[in-house]
Amino acid sequence: MKLRIYVTLKPGVLDPQGKAIEHALSGLGFSGVDSARVGKLIELEVADGTADADVDAMCRQLLANTVIENYRIERA
Amino acid sequence: MKTAVIVFPGSNCDRDIAVALEQTTGHAPHMVWHRDTALPAGVEVVAVPGGFSYGDYLRCGAIASRSPIMQAVVEQAARGLKVLGVCNGFQVLTEAGLLPGALMRNAGLNFVCRDVALTVENAGTAFTRGYSAGERVSFPVAHHDGNYFADAETLDRLEGEGQVAFRYAENVNGSARDIAGIVSADGNVLGMMPHPERRIEAAHGGDDGRRMFTGLLEAVGA
Repeated sequence: MKLRIYVTLKPGVLDPQGKAIEHALSGLGFSGVDSARVGKLIELEVADGTADADVDAMCRQLLANTVIENYRIERA
Repeated sequence: MKTAVIVFPGSNCDRDIAVALEQTTGHAPHMVWHRDTALPAGVEVVAVPGGFSYGDYLRCGAIASRSPIMQAVVEQAARGLKVLGVCNGFQVLTEAGLLPGALMRNAGLNFVCRDVALTVENAGTAFTRGYSAGERVSFPVAHHDGNYFADAETLDRLEGEGQVAFRYAENVNGSARDIAGIVSADGNVLGMMPHPERRIEAAHGGDDGRRMFTGLLEAVGA
């Protein structure tokens, strides 16, 4: 079973990489880009029937730092 | 004073801090590999060194903070073990939950490698007792992810409780409230981005860092 874990910075946490991308896009002449935020996509191949609670624990214990990041689990 | 330095794959300041500990305490530290599950008996101070543990994969310090030896460090820190984390070591300590907040990419996106002036905010900790409050010191910094972040409530608490040990006199990385180093609520864990171990003798360009180690020696009383 394939899982996609999206890890994103919490709202309000400054994202210097996102800022640089935003500026680069406007430098290329794309107008109307108000904001860019950079996150991570982690793909996991796990055994069928892996419990939701286990996947959640993987996110909380390692994949995301919940001080600064949110995560979302998507079953592919 | 019995000390130990934790060594992760990718640590690169482990020998610098080992030399600093040996020169200031008179005894070479135990070098403890990340896969070990226990600290040598009687260790009173543990240093978590700078570097790029696990290549900074996932997040700086994230994978190192989950290594077997760090579980032992976390357990013993709860019982008063003194833990000093420098640079990547600071990142490891926040990831391990021993210190609040997180170290993020520098606000200017640049790797910052230079000397920086710091103000000693709290000279009452085991790590900073060799300094005076308000004193200006100069330590080198060398990092890409030293931008200290915590929510406003945590920052207020850190400032209110005297847990800010060092502030940047000139903010080089975007850190919230110019924070360069913090101590835990119990005062036995210190994390900082600048490198005191690279400033312990005149040949380093100064010895402002030496008093951190001699102060620890006094605090431990051995």
